[in-house]
Amino acid sequence: MESPEHSTGARIGMWLFLLSEILLFGGLFLLYATYRWKHPGDFHAASQELSRLDGTLNTAILLTSSLTMALSIFTLSRERSARSTRRASLFLGATILMGCAFLVVKGFEWAAKFRHGLYPSSPVLLARPPGEILYFGLYFAMTGLHALHVIVGLCVLSTMLALLLRGSVGPERVAPVENAGLYWHLVDIIWIFLFPLFYLIS
Amino acid sequence: MHAHAAAPWYTDEGRRPGIRGWIFSTNHKRIGILYLVAVLSFFAVAVVLGVLMRIQSLRPEGGFVAPQTYNVLFSVHGIIQIFLVVIPAIPTIFGNFFLPILIGGRDMAFPRLNLFSWWLYMTGAVVVLLSLALGKGPVDTGWTFYVPYSLRTTVNVPLAVFGVFLLGMSSILTGVNIVTTTHQMRAPGMGFFRMPLSVWGLYSTAWVQILATPVIGITLVLIIMERLFGVGVFDPAKGGDPLLYQHLFWIYSHPAVYIMILPAMGIISDLFPVFSRKNIVGYKTVAFSSLAIASVGSLVWGHHMFVSGQSDTASIVFSLLTFLVAVPSAIKVFNWVATLYKGSIKVDPPFLYALGFIALFLIGGLTGLVLGALSPDVHVHDTYFVVGHFHYVIFGGMGFGLFAALHYWFPKMFGKMYNFKFATVAFLVLFVGFNVFYMTMLILGWAGMPRRYYSYLPQFAPLQRISSIGSYIMVGGLAMMFGNLIHGFLRGKKAPDNPWGGATLEWQIPSPPSAENFEEIPTVTGGPYVFSKPEEKD
Repeated sequence: MESPEHSTGARIGMWLFLLSEILLFGGLFLLYATYRWKHPGDFHAASQELSRLDGTLNTAILLTSSLTMALSIFTLSRERSARSTRRASLFLGATILMGCAFLVVKGFEWAAKFRHGLYPSSPVLLARPPGEILYFGLYFAMTGLHALHVIVGLCVLSTMLALLLRGSVGPERVAPVENAGLYWHLVDIIWIFLFPLFYLIS
Repeated sequence: MHAHAAAPWYTDEGRRPGIRGWIFSTNHKRIGILYLVAVLSFFAVAVVLGVLMRIQSLRPEGGFVAPQTYNVLFSVHGIIQIFLVVIPAIPTIFGNFFLPILIGGRDMAFPRLNLFSWWLYMTGAVVVLLSLALGKGPVDTGWTFYVPYSLRTTVNVPLAVFGVFLLGMSSILTGVNIVTTTHQMRAPGMGFFRMPLSVWGLYSTAWVQILATPVIGITLVLIIMERLFGVGVFDPAKGGDPLLYQHLFWIYSHPAVYIMILPAMGIISDLFPVFSRKNIVGYKTVAFSSLAIASVGSLVWGHHMFVSGQSDTASIVFSLLTFLVAVPSAIKVFNWVATLYKGSIKVDPPFLYALGFIALFLIGGLTGLVLGALSPDVHVHDTYFVVGHFHYVIFGGMGFGLFAALHYWFPKMFGKMYNFKFATVAFLVLFVGFNVFYMTMLILGWAGMPRRYYSYLPQFAPLQRISSIGSYIMVGGLAMMFGNLIHGFLRGKKAPDNPWGGATLEWQIPSPPSAENFEEIPTVTGGPYVFSKPEEKD
């Protein structure tokens, strides 16, 4: 059984870490704001080339995965039984699957861009106006960094699933799962900002 | 009185023997010593690079090293000193070793994360050093990695930048650990306003580490992306704006100056009451001025860019905010000096360094205002004046704060004492050399000597020579100081538990402390600077 001080400490530490993650992306959002303000027309034109369907699909996937993540923690902390552990593992497994699905969709999206010759420093892109070059530069940088966070999140969640099945975390020791969940929600929230900023420019 | 005290921290081997008992130890004191050894080793390397530059500057035509080598020298000197030494030094060495003891805890909040931070730091350091040997030569961009040059130069920028990124991550995790420890690990009765002011310094610093470091992290990642994929966000040829790089860089790198100086100020605030045997004047103002410096100091980065082409409005606002930071800084200095008044002052070696800190920090701070004012900055921007100024702040401030802390806590850490007389002489040599070195730089800069030039006009020759000689004297002082400490470590007399008569918790336990710090977690009943009468001491 973990001491309450220790789990509070772990939670404080996690929130501080998330704060630093937000600021990491903050630098990119600052660049985005500046360049979009400078080239509003180019940004609009370039965003027409993204697949809104893929973006919406991914938003739905990631939001649902946050729901199953929250359900997993909820079942763990509501009652202490083998059944709740099993259910929490199922929810966690669903979260992991949806995270993978997000990456697959993202992969297809990127691949389509590459097929059209749209990637950093590509001849097709360099022939475009500067605003579009910057838009796609930021698109790849920001969604790429976000995808990296999804991958890290998936590793963390898989570890949690393994620990859960082994019994080293569970209803008696929820804090690690909670922290993993917090991280997953952060990944989700960042996407909630990326989606309108790249796909829904009007 | 400590007849049955537990074994001291460095003989208590824990689960693993030998070297593995150190590099895999999660004990905060061992991790502190790991950092101490690493940081001081890198410091020695960077000092040698600095001396090489001063040998080159003896004559106008140089001739000691090639121009490109000189570019590498000032770049690597800066990168090592800033990212490997000055930023991590006090939080990682003394924060780790003393923060839990000062607040009455047994360890940091996250001991394993703490060890991980050290490994991350060492990995970052190794990557930076590897980058010097691999690729097309060592980095020559200066420590600031300014674009577009860092995108165009052929040398191995991406690896060096990646190393610095890892160092940044390590710094963030240390910050997370310090904030959480301060909130969670305090002993019963240790309210926030009973904490020693050094803890306030570490605490404020940790917030800046958490909030500012990620911004340079992403900036460095973008440099790597630019170099590897050419994303274009900083590349003027693709519409990118180099000025934005400077903004992002200084959003971190100016607050980084406060990461350097705030913990040193905290330690100085501990030393003044102890060596004046008198409570600090205005405890709360000193504590809150740390937070004020941390917050206002995060909003002044634009003063590095007055001549970079940012808007005049922005420059005026940044200049105003820069002047505002001087207020809480000055408050601290007034409180320290007022603490001396009618105190029972004892000038032992740690206190000498504290006094030296004030003198040098004052010069550094005031020359900073010259640079923070709009019109003089145009005149002295990118000259030796800037170099002199930040060495007064960083070396004279943070460096002397570090040396003060070393001399103050040395007997507690190792249970041995160094030679006082020799420490005093070393201080004087160091102090004189320092001022001859950097004061001359200030004058040279005022006269127009640009920084980062491997040669110069003949009229600067006499002052350049004086400055170089000052640097040799200073390095002599450093060697004497470290020699004395090493001698004390090897052969020193046994130190008493409380050599300075301090009232904070670390002086209430044996020297050196046991692995667990306290046999029983103490209950705190008063402030950190309430001194008993001397005869009541045992």
